[in-house]
Amino acid sequence: MPNPVDPSLVELKNLTFGYGERAILDGVSLTVPRGKVTALMGASGGGKTTVLRLIGGQYRAQRGELLLARSLGDSGAPQDVAKLDEAGLYAARRRMGMLFQFGALFTDLSVFDNVTFPLREHTDLPEALIRDIVLMKLDAVGLRGARDLMPSQISGGMARRVALARAIALDPELIMYDEPFAGLDPISLGTAARLIRQLNDTMGLTSIVVSHDLEETFHIADKVIILANGKIAAQGTPDEVRHSANELVHQFVNALPDGPVKFHYPGPSIDDDFSKHAAGGKT
Amino acid sequence: MKNLVSFLSPANIGFAVRGKLADIGTATRLFFRLLALLVASLKRFGLVRDQIHFLGNYSLAIITVSGLFVGFVLGLQGYYTLQRYGASEALGLLVALSLVRELGPVITALLFAGRAGTSLTAEIGLMKAGEQLSAMEMMAVDPVKRILAPRFWAGVITLPLLAAVFSAVGVIGGWVVGVVMIGIDPGAFWSQMQGGVDILKDVGNGVLKSVVFGFTVTFVALLQGFEAQPTPEGVSRATTRTVVVASLAILGLDFVLTALMFSV
Repeated sequence: MPNPVDPSLVELKNLTFGYGERAILDGVSLTVPRGKVTALMGASGGGKTTVLRLIGGQYRAQRGELLLARSLGDSGAPQDVAKLDEAGLYAARRRMGMLFQFGALFTDLSVFDNVTFPLREHTDLPEALIRDIVLMKLDAVGLRGARDLMPSQISGGMARRVALARAIALDPELIMYDEPFAGLDPISLGTAARLIRQLNDTMGLTSIVVSHDLEETFHIADKVIILANGKIAAQGTPDEVRHSANELVHQFVNALPDGPVKFHYPGPSIDDDFSKHAAGGKT
Repeated sequence: MKNLVSFLSPANIGFAVRGKLADIGTATRLFFRLLALLVASLKRFGLVRDQIHFLGNYSLAIITVSGLFVGFVLGLQGYYTLQRYGASEALGLLVALSLVRELGPVITALLFAGRAGTSLTAEIGLMKAGEQLSAMEMMAVDPVKRILAPRFWAGVITLPLLAAVFSAVGVIGGWVVGVVMIGIDPGAFWSQMQGGVDILKDVGNGVLKSVVFGFTVTFVALLQGFEAQPTPEGVSRATTRTVVVASLAILGLDFVLTALMFSV
């Protein structure tokens, strides 16, 4: 008898990860609901991208579990990504797509060949079928006409859309966006946001969006998780988060320069730094 | 003085040694993985062929021109020495032996490190910096298998071929200087060469050398690129290291190989 469908596709349980002594994530627990767009927000250096790398198995957590639920129709228990062997990890990655911040297109391949890459690596499909799939994926991101261009000939926003077409070439279940809006002009930004929502709903994906961009992200997300200092500061629907009582979330959502996240990088006090010079001392 | 003491403290020494050991371990593991990926690379020979084209064909110009000049110089210098003993007819033999046993493999490897090794390092380093290798991993494609292994085996195949071209062109250079310009008897030039060069001991050892250099240079270049810091300075430093490390390794290994071959 198949298990009831697991409502969450990814679940972090008490996950701790750090470089050396510095903890990036400190006992984080969160769930990513299936079929929804989940936004992961927070100040830079807060461990958002790290979460994506952990889910993709590129980093391994020191403590805690990172569970990836099985596909629909597969009745196995969720797998802990950190405990998979290489073959298992590669199998798990085939269920994921990841969009890197600047697209990470292969610069020596054309737009068409970039999208073809995962298909050629993982399937033995006939050439005509590959062509059709690639053109369909490029059409979904509006770049069917740009197929013959090289990555150096297209804009940053277009490069990201090509990378998106490449990420969905094998029809993944989960797609992760690392800062999809960073550095885009308003038009490209709106396009990117609409695409993320549209692809999620039409392809039945589960999306995780790492972003700083409040307006667009709150607009498209079903669930927002705010990370700060290695812990979860707030989570819920965009409205719940917007009205969160947490000071840090308040600072973030209202874009205040000072608050729990200091404007000044920690250092000696003003008195220490300036009073000696004011006195003309040479120390 | 105080700095020196803290620099030589057990903790620092231990840290440095451990770091170096880890580097050696990483390099060794990568080397054996690349060796193990021979079959996989041959199965997708198209990837290797493209790299042979890129590494080999584009190096042909520099290899041919260098070979020609080295041949010219060998002709002149060899004649200068040999004519003192009235043995200038042996010029063909001298040119051929110098090239096949020594200069062909070594100079080709040095030029290959500068021409192809640096481009491999920079390419891989920049792919890493542009997150292309990361992206590949996330597409469930192993970059060592897809990117590094074809380049490795292409380099191993290409270098001996380039060394052969170098030696052949060098012999022609020696002939131009010795026979055409100085006027040594062409019959003596070629027959001495034919009689004196042993296929197994001379040509065979030369080929063996260039195969070893092929492994060395290509591996150093790939390792430096793969382990480069993914920043502009990191890639530039890695490229420099490729030339320095590969050149030293070639010259050091050349001595070791020559010594071993002498004793056989």
